[in-house]
Amino acid sequence: MIERGHHDMGGLPAGKVRRTEHAYDDWELRVDAMMMLLIGVVGDSKRMTVDELRKNVEALAPADYDKMGYYDRWVISLTQTMIQRGVITSDDLARKLAQVQRRGLSPISRRQRTKGR
Amino acid sequence: MRKETGSYQPYSYFQLMEISLRELLVEKGVVTEDAIAGAMAAMRERGPERGAAMVARAWLDPAYKARMLADGSRAAEELGFEVPGLRLIVVENTSDTHNVIVCTLCSCYPRMLLGLPPEWYKSRPYRSRVVREPRKVLAEFGTKIPPKVQIRVHDSNADMRYMVLPLRPAGTERWSEERLAGLVTRDCLIGVALPQIPKKPKSRKS
Amino acid sequence: MTLEKLGTVPLYGVGARVRVRRAAPLGHIRTPFYIRGHAGVVERICGAFPNPEELAQQRDGLPAQPLYRVRFRQKDVWPGYRGGASDVIELEIFQHWIE
Repeated sequence: MIERGHHDMGGLPAGKVRRTEHAYDDWELRVDAMMMLLIGVVGDSKRMTVDELRKNVEALAPADYDKMGYYDRWVISLTQTMIQRGVITSDDLARKLAQVQRRGLSPISRRQRTKGR
Repeated sequence: MRKETGSYQPYSYFQLMEISLRELLVEKGVVTEDAIAGAMAAMRERGPERGAAMVARAWLDPAYKARMLADGSRAAEELGFEVPGLRLIVVENTSDTHNVIVCTLCSCYPRMLLGLPPEWYKSRPYRSRVVREPRKVLAEFGTKIPPKVQIRVHDSNADMRYMVLPLRPAGTERWSEERLAGLVTRDCLIGVALPQIPKKPKSRKS
Repeated sequence: MTLEKLGTVPLYGVGARVRVRRAAPLGHIRTPFYIRGHAGVVERICGAFPNPEELAQQRDGLPAQPLYRVRFRQKDVWPGYRGGASDVIELEIFQHWIE
């Protein structure tokens, strides 16, 4: 029986809270911005609901969920949702990933760090 | 969990995905780079100072406080903070009650007012434990709540978002609004900390 | 609110004692596991919102479901709760999750 999802963690034993602060990278903020645009909180590009984002985060394998950072989960989930919504196709994505990867050897790949809060 | 240094290898798998998704969405005319940059800039503008300004106003103006407790989003707008889509409930700490906020299912947070949540708020230990052993978790933050004070945990599990109105510390009777706002940190607004009067106040104009 | 006008009528008022259904369906659920089966008191009615279980599946989630803020006593929710007897936990519960 599947009683609770891996994300549904309220009340489960866990370690001490590590009070770390994480300065968000630009790419993470871009994921955040895309989410805000795609759920239509800002702008007029609404293509999905926040519940679809959550559903696809919840669909991650538990080991991946725990290992991935917050925006790692979001970018995977947003991309899955755009495929499910027919905004992009898996084939579009495969070709684009290969294209970007080839470009990744260029100076664009210089590490970018930003000061978040 | 991710390394906490804030730095990443160039073009991690997830960065590749971000670039690819973004370029596809732009090519298909769904979003523009300008719109993304605009949303990023707007998010950078949001921050806990906005909540702190609301708290300081509420401490000084009982009528504003009443409006804030009745409708947090409207009270934010009253101070000029735009909060599209946010349904904010402000919960008030008193001498008998302490409030603390969590989202156990994901990491809901009043981001349209306070900006993005801290890493620990999204972590498994906080999300798992604060509902079941709030006093212990608060103590780990250095916040000791006396046993006779009631703790109210708020799980933001659906459509509302929550912010704590902390108790105004004693000894701040003649403080200006700006100076009061300086006492209110992000953690106070989540409810894991209490406003502290600095031992050695910095000289500031009030 | 237009959505609230389209919504189902709230069956419970502030102060009503309500029990969350004990159920373990699949899909995208916003009622945390830990609160299912527990009873609490309606603290406020938050309005009516499209059902997130439906929104997650690309459907409109209408009619909107009344959403209640429900207050539970911690010692009722957690066996052996170690904290004040008056400690509470509050969650938002959609009407269709109330039995």
